[in-house]
Amino acid sequence: MEAAVFILSLVDCCALIFLSVYFFIITLTIITLSDLECDYINARSCCSKLNKWVIPEMIAQALATVLMLVSMHWFVFLLNLPVASWDVYRYVKVPMGNMGVYDPTEIHNRGQLKSHMKEAMIKLGFHLLCFFIYLYR
Amino acid sequence: MSTQGNANPNSSVNNYSMSSTQNGGGAAPCQNGPGQMYPAMYTASSYYSSAPPAAYPTVAGHSAPPTGKTPVSSTGYSGNYYQSSSGLSPYPAPGTHQYSNAPGQSFQQTAPYAMPAGYYGQVYSHPSQGQTQPQPQQLQPNLMPASSGSNLGAPLYPIVSYPSAPGSSQYGTLRSSQTTAGQPPVSTVMPPPPTQSSLQQYSQGIGATPTPAQPGYGAPPLSQAATVNGQSNAVQQHYDQNLHNPMSHHYAAGPPNSQGPDKERPPSGTPGTSVHSSPQHHPGGDSSSTTTDSASPVPNSYESLEGGGYSDLAAPPAGVPAKQAPPFGYNYPTMHPAYQQNPAPKPNPSPSHGGYNPPGYQPYSQPFPSLSELSSALGGLGGVSELEAETLRPVNLLQERNILPPKRAPPPEPNLSNDLRKVNCSPDTFRCTLTNIPQTQALLNKARLPLGLLLHPFRDLTQLPVITSNTIVRCRSCRTYINPFVSFLDQRRWKCNLCYRVNDVPDEFMYNPVTRSYGEPHKRPEVQNSTVEFIASSDYMLRPPQPAVYLFLLDVSHNAVESGYLNVFCQSLLDNLEKLPGDTRTHIGFVTFDSTVHFYNLQEGLSQPQMLVVSDIDDVFIPTHDSLLVNLKESKELVKDLLNALPGMFTHTRETQSALGPALQAAYKLMSPTGGRVTVFQTQLPTLGAGLLQSREDPNLRSSTKNVLHLGPATDFYKKLALDCSGQQIGVDLFLLSSQYSDLASLACVSKYSAGSVFYYPSFHHIHNTAQKQKFQKDLQRYLTRKIGFEAVMRIRCTKGLSIHTFHGNFFVRSTDLLSLANVNPDSGFAVQMSIEESLADTSLACFQAALLYTSSKGKRRIRVHTLCLPVVSQLSEVFAGADIQAISCLLANMAIDRSISSSLSDARDALVNAVVDCLTAYRANGSNIQPSGLIAPAALRLFPLYVLALLKQKALRTGTSTRLDERVFSMCELKSQPLQQIMRMVHPDLYRIDNMTEQAALHLNDSVIPQPPLLQLTAEKLTREGAFLLDCGSVMYLWVGKCCNETFIRDVLGFQNYASLPSNMTEIPELQTTYSERTRAFISWLLESRTFLPAFHVVKDDASTKTSFFQHLVEDRTESAFSYYEFLLHIQQQMSK
Repeated sequence: MEAAVFILSLVDCCALIFLSVYFFIITLTIITLSDLECDYINARSCCSKLNKWVIPEMIAQALATVLMLVSMHWFVFLLNLPVASWDVYRYVKVPMGNMGVYDPTEIHNRGQLKSHMKEAMIKLGFHLLCFFIYLYR
Repeated sequence: MSTQGNANPNSSVNNYSMSSTQNGGGAAPCQNGPGQMYPAMYTASSYYSSAPPAAYPTVAGHSAPPTGKTPVSSTGYSGNYYQSSSGLSPYPAPGTHQYSNAPGQSFQQTAPYAMPAGYYGQVYSHPSQGQTQPQPQQLQPNLMPASSGSNLGAPLYPIVSYPSAPGSSQYGTLRSSQTTAGQPPVSTVMPPPPTQSSLQQYSQGIGATPTPAQPGYGAPPLSQAATVNGQSNAVQQHYDQNLHNPMSHHYAAGPPNSQGPDKERPPSGTPGTSVHSSPQHHPGGDSSSTTTDSASPVPNSYESLEGGGYSDLAAPPAGVPAKQAPPFGYNYPTMHPAYQQNPAPKPNPSPSHGGYNPPGYQPYSQPFPSLSELSSALGGLGGVSELEAETLRPVNLLQERNILPPKRAPPPEPNLSNDLRKVNCSPDTFRCTLTNIPQTQALLNKARLPLGLLLHPFRDLTQLPVITSNTIVRCRSCRTYINPFVSFLDQRRWKCNLCYRVNDVPDEFMYNPVTRSYGEPHKRPEVQNSTVEFIASSDYMLRPPQPAVYLFLLDVSHNAVESGYLNVFCQSLLDNLEKLPGDTRTHIGFVTFDSTVHFYNLQEGLSQPQMLVVSDIDDVFIPTHDSLLVNLKESKELVKDLLNALPGMFTHTRETQSALGPALQAAYKLMSPTGGRVTVFQTQLPTLGAGLLQSREDPNLRSSTKNVLHLGPATDFYKKLALDCSGQQIGVDLFLLSSQYSDLASLACVSKYSAGSVFYYPSFHHIHNTAQKQKFQKDLQRYLTRKIGFEAVMRIRCTKGLSIHTFHGNFFVRSTDLLSLANVNPDSGFAVQMSIEESLADTSLACFQAALLYTSSKGKRRIRVHTLCLPVVSQLSEVFAGADIQAISCLLANMAIDRSISSSLSDARDALVNAVVDCLTAYRANGSNIQPSGLIAPAALRLFPLYVLALLKQKALRTGTSTRLDERVFSMCELKSQPLQQIMRMVHPDLYRIDNMTEQAALHLNDSVIPQPPLLQLTAEKLTREGAFLLDCGSVMYLWVGKCCNETFIRDVLGFQNYASLPSNMTEIPELQTTYSERTRAFISWLLESRTFLPAFHVVKDDASTKTSFFQHLVEDRTESAFSYYEFLLHIQQQMSK
């Protein structure tokens, strides 16, 4: 049972890492390429790409958290809980008129790009940590 | 600095020496990277360096072209624009449309009305655009030093200086008709510099040089009278004047003297007062041009051009005098012409800085051309240090009551050398909140002031150098356009002032159309003017330039018909049909909607327009593709028929629903092949189909002091649609004429993100509200005829180290610095916020460039480039001294609105108050020598609390006073998208007493006398019952008439016998033939001169019910829910002492 849970969480975590990397790369692409003044990807398509993955990410994260809860791994559960709640929070907090968590009309304003970037980096680190926890438990 | 000061530029810029160590000190840090690799890249450089400079012209002629001479402009950019629009066939080919007349869909083809062939008695005044150029242009040669070094070894530096009129700065000059065209040039001989090797002659070299031989691009020969340039450009320099400006006279002139108050101007008759002055106090009149520098083909030394500083790279031959200039001409004490007489040098605040120049000026004996003009120019200022002391003078706000200047204060002048200042961008176009850019973010944080730019890039300009050339010279790494602030290292290379890359000068650029000579790239118009327009080549297009396409989307529901706007609109469009900007390709179309969407087939050859009704609003489709948008020229009669018939067609409609969303979708589908402008008229909340909205306003909460809800959009439908439109180069302008809540917060999104504009006429009714109707008519007149740019993008670049992080205005930010503007209009302003990412310690100047690429209504691809240059400072006091309080207030307003939407209104209000508190605290912490009591502000910021208080009392941000949600949101839209002057008038209106205007200190323009009453503080204290007061709020003007106002005024100006007989709804001043009336009207029209949209006018009687709308603008007074000015100051003081 326990092994199965961990294997499942490992797969889940891999998916999350993949997602983070994906975000990370996309975000990185925006920054570096716009710095180079090639608008390689415009805000509209970038945001619609990113928004597509907000809900899957949220579900995967919630799934991992719930898995830890049912297998009663309290430490890992507590580790996952804040991230899961943050995901839900930011999804719920999207203003009515916005086009999702990532809004193309606002992403260039008020350093949003940077904060998204930072968030993606932190998540990436977190998922890497989780990956090794799941692997060696 | 004023243009009068500029009239004597050579007094301060000529020939003072600069030691090479300083020169190196300023420049050395810049020459990293690109600079170092330079010698390796250019084989010819060694040749140059060993050749004497005098041989340059010939060298350039036969030397092999440098290696890296690829046309700079041809790569890189083309892929950037229109990312989203690629792959579209530009125009619908006839016959390829899909005619989706599905049987299931209700699609009726009806011809429900028949009308007689209309007879139109209108006389169209065909203003051939070129003829509207009102300002005769005269040659106003500049007093600029010739660059020395042209005669190698010759000890004499011939300088010819033309006596110049006050308006003769080469940028921003006023072409008065009485200027000094006929005056003979005075030639003087300058003594050689004392030491040629160690001291270097400084000369910017951007001016007129001795021999007045060739007419410049368009500049007529000296004696010739005023012509617009573009006449002499039959040569291949392709340099013509922009004649496309119907509004030209408005901007033709500002007061020549921006520093001193207007009344200090010399009386009429002397040059400089015959200008067409405007109330905006444009320093130096904005963009008048440039093209009259009579540049002459006397060879110049390249090294003596601005910039240099690359001593090791350029390897100039030893012994050649006048080799290098400091990196740019930034120089603290050189601002003042009087520095010629060796003033006490101001201690250099930052010794490490290369910019400072010890006063080693040459004893330079050239007399001033006109000392009287000079002294009048000096009236307002007494040297830089004094000027700075003045702006830093501590003001105790609690004690000084009269802080308002008698005139609207001009923007602060950046502390630049005269040469740079003269070519700098007009503050009406480009303004920075801090005219002294702090060196580091830490310093900026210490000052607690926002750093940002305010732009008005597509402003109507009368005179604008237009350049056609095959290669548009740009920096190869950052793509900056060449501008006056770049430095030429030698004849073949220039250093970018934004990224410091060294670029080569293409061959074509070596030819100077001004002088028709070869080898003078520094005299090209691009390098002489900070505002230029290029005709772009096909590299700047992804598709052929689109034609002007206009689609009008008209609400014809019962509500709309009841309000009667259709009549006004149709009549207005009929009157202006000929004046719509465009060419023979112009297309026009109409769509009306209520609960269904109606299209109009206007195909040429039809006897009358056909109405096609699509009632399937859930999946709206275009009934026929090729005849809904028709060529205006070909189908003009049909269009006129339609416009005549439209108002009558729906008079008996009972349809109350409005399907705006589907109509917009249809418009999008109709326009997406071409792009263009969609104009939407809406009179109620959309209630059907996609994008329907619910009423969100609770009228009981209108005056709540708690939070205001629903400032953001209710749905993302309009935003998405706007982004789609923006991708297809469609701009949507919204006219909302509604008496009820219509959720402007949601609707405005459609314009906000497609770079449109929003107009709002609350409680519009054609009979009951004549003031609104008149305003609507005036606005439409301007709206329909104003210039328009299609498929535009704007990029704002700034010096390396600065970065833009937030944008304000109507557009879509497509990538970090690229604003996508489907349409650009001359009435919209933009703001950006910046941060300092890297220290600017190794540069003395920060530059900003805004480049707007657009398709003109004539189908030409054009690039308008503005470049602003500002000094970088390292002291906190200097940052305060350079604060531009108007720009700061506007930027803060933008930030507050963002905050109120993303967070809450009370947050935004707190943030505004905190901005003042923080800033004044920072000033107090910095200035140690100030007495601790009182509320101290530097003089530059003394209006800060007042403006912030005024902002807090704006409709957008006020609480406690009953404000309709739509009006609040509209006010927010205006604050975000209007240009600075307009916002300032809106936030802090101008109050004048006009019943006792005297001729004292009046302006004399041409043959009219314009009185200049002083500005009054916005408090009821200043009003008297005996007077009549004019309150100018930008988009509305009030004339408040006191109860005991003298009868002469009422009779002579208003045309009524006494106060009692005045009607309460007067909306204009009658044209009476009395001097009193003429004077008043002259003053008012002078105020209106620079406006594009004419304001609504209200005569307010003291006892009338409308007077609340007048009194709400008196921001210094207390209201039941807001502080008076004095209370506000006390509040700030209290906050500061916490």
